[in-house]
Amino acid sequence: MPELTLIAQNALPQGVVTTLAGTRIEVLPMRRLTALMPGPDAGPLAEALMAQHGLGLPAPGAVEHAEQAECLWFGMGQYLLVGPAPAPGLAEAATLTDQSDAWATVLLEGPAARDVLARLCPLDLRARAFAPGATARTELAHMAASVTRTGPDGFRVMVFRSMAETLLHELRAALEAVAARGMV
Amino acid sequence: MRLTCPLCGERDLREFTYRGAALARPEGEAWGDDWHDYIHLRDNPAGESREYWAHSTGCAAVLLVTRDTRTHEVLGSALAKGGGA
Repeated sequence: MPELTLIAQNALPQGVVTTLAGTRIEVLPMRRLTALMPGPDAGPLAEALMAQHGLGLPAPGAVEHAEQAECLWFGMGQYLLVGPAPAPGLAEAATLTDQSDAWATVLLEGPAARDVLARLCPLDLRARAFAPGATARTELAHMAASVTRTGPDGFRVMVFRSMAETLLHELRAALEAVAARGMV
Repeated sequence: MRLTCPLCGERDLREFTYRGAALARPEGEAWGDDWHDYIHLRDNPAGESREYWAHSTGCAAVLLVTRDTRTHEVLGSALAKGGGA
């Protein structure tokens, strides 16, 4: 049998999909994603993350940043390492799963971004409830999603890869509807 | 109705799935009235009710929620893990 090499590929072609009302929908490049699940005691994982990647263990709803790396709180007992390949020490402190091509990642950025997302998602998106830097697991047009606020007008949305086209469709439709109202 | 998840904060009902009344599981495995009650019989309270809710599209935690079925007022919520509160 010939040797097969499987290569992770982005779920969607990378780049800007739509720009309307100064707000753009952009498919972000695929990055290395690793789910970290430490089990009942997250202490050893917190130590290993700090020692190996210079990252703290994020509190619920928070993101930790280091140079070239991020760690998202990703649900109860779940964390997502974004960017680097996991250091070998992490495997001793948590169960690791490579999820790089399992998620489609889209950036929604511009003055209408918050209004667009508010049409699709039940999160309280006001800055006092969901500040830049915050992250949440939530629902977006009936899809399980991860939403991270990258700035006052920027949101990074992740859904399962199988729903990538649906996500783009929903975002595009909502952006067209918000832009048509001409209030932005 | 909105539920407060101890991890995520106050969230919309759409993110949650109802997982049934929170009941004390009978001791032992011998069939008897206590098991019959536990499996088949449910109260239908007009008032305070203790229930399990899964934060399915949120953080995936199961919550133990106390709420008033007449007003939808949520009186308390805690992680079911570790016995709730």
